Amino acid sequence: MALTSELWQALWLTVRLAFVSTFILLVAGIPLALWLNGRRSRLAAILEALVTMPIVLPPTVIGFYLLVLFAPQRPIGGFWLRLTGDTLVFSFAGLVVGSVIYSLPFAVQPFQAAFKAVPKACMDAATNLGASRWRVFWTILLPLARRGVGVGATLSFAHTLGEFGVVLMLGGSIPGRTRVASIALYDEVQKLNYPQAHAYAVVLLAISFLLVLTMALLQRRGADEH
Amino acid sequence: MVGRVAPRSAGRPNVRLLPLWLTGLQTSLLSAKVPQPSDAMRAELKSSSRSMKQFAVLIAFLLISLPGRCAETVAIAAASDLVFCLEELNRQFTNSHPTVTLKTSTGSSGNFFAQIKNGAPFDLFLSADMSYPKELIKAGAAEESSLFQYAVGRLALWTMNTNLALTNGLKALLDPAVKRIAIANPEHAPYGRAAREALRHAGLWDSLQPRLVLGDNISQTAQFVQSGNADAGIVALSLVLSPKLANVGRWVHVPPDTHPPLEQGAVLTRHGKDNSSARDYLKFLQSDKAREIFDRYGFRLPTGKGPAR
Repeated sequence: MALTSELWQALWLTVRLAFVSTFILLVAGIPLALWLNGRRSRLAAILEALVTMPIVLPPTVIGFYLLVLFAPQRPIGGFWLRLTGDTLVFSFAGLVVGSVIYSLPFAVQPFQAAFKAVPKACMDAATNLGASRWRVFWTILLPLARRGVGVGATLSFAHTLGEFGVVLMLGGSIPGRTRVASIALYDEVQKLNYPQAHAYAVVLLAISFLLVLTMALLQRRGADEH
Repeated sequence: MVGRVAPRSAGRPNVRLLPLWLTGLQTSLLSAKVPQPSDAMRAELKSSSRSMKQFAVLIAFLLISLPGRCAETVAIAAASDLVFCLEELNRQFTNSHPTVTLKTSTGSSGNFFAQIKNGAPFDLFLSADMSYPKELIKAGAAEESSLFQYAVGRLALWTMNTNLALTNGLKALLDPAVKRIAIANPEHAPYGRAAREALRHAGLWDSLQPRLVLGDNISQTAQFVQSGNADAGIVALSLVLSPKLANVGRWVHVPPDTHPPLEQGAVLTRHGKDNSSARDYLKFLQSDKAREIFDRYGFRLPTGKGPAR
């Protein structure tokens, strides 16, 4: 069960993918959650449904549509090719797009719940005292919702680690670029190389456990404070 | 937007931090106050649990009464270079055996090997090489006397790019317009191994390796090319000759003497050893009709009929 350089490469790639995706989900997910919370329109309901869909959608559906959309002869794929000289499919950037879509509900839903739970009175008081919306967000809303935001970030990080179907369809299993740990594990099993497969599986199992434990502890602390 | 956040649940623990399916876990984590059911609610719960039980019995009954596995069904696990060819083979077989139902799954040979070894309910295994069936026999998961070589696969260089000079053979891949080259994963796919050897033989392996993308199996590799995501690919000839892809893109042969032969073996699994229809299917694969179909799909035919030595 040697931890070879191949294994580290795949794990490092997986962690990098999870970090980049989680960062994007934080930056994009928080405004999206606030916007969804503040709207009662039909459009917002449709958007909320769309955001939630990846929970139930088979990853192959996402993988298939992205594969079609990212093809160089299509507008999105072609634009990216002209911009970067590289195809979106088989690239790290393509996997990031896939992961962000795949993990979107796991970030946005906890964010929404956390923001909803912040007492409106606190924010009203701040506004009446002359604080700008921006300041209310940074000094009241975000600090009070930090645990839910933390849970959302941890969940989407963990969910991206567990990504398989989307990467299988988009990745092309390129070492160091798109061969993430879950794919490398799958490849090792097909190679009948069970000891190496065990090595990947054990590391993934340990990381996942630590992440879920972190989440449970975050929530316990949250509950104790109330 | 900030000011319109609903004021509810102020001062109560956030029981809705997680998506719905996790709230159960979360409730237990938070040990939040769960409302106690009233007597009326209890009665309601009781009656609904009774009807739930009836429903469960009904479902169980339906599942049990579904037709089970009978000898007239043959479950086939086939290498994905056969995905189109198999449709035609099965049509031909069903013509002469109308009572037999064929259930086929196509995928990578390595994957099927692992599944069958672990008891997957396939009756037949049509591999893209000889070594996986032989390994199954060694593991006691397939019947040795049933193993035979049904076809020899061939490689084709395939592209959607109209400008590529395919007459140069694999050297055409050196064209800078070719950014991504798809082959099946040589680590576990027989067609990928053959593609790697052909590239090595042409002295291109080292220079082209950074441009390679690896399909999980040969039909995913073809799909990378067909969708235009890879500029060219080395795929199974049987796929590009299929009616579905015959007029899509352009292809040339990869000379078969540049790689070890893709000898493909079929074997009866332990699961299928009492299935006479499965044995009929193996016999059918050696018939002239089946050989004619294999030939049409670009396979070379093994010279000797009957079981391999």
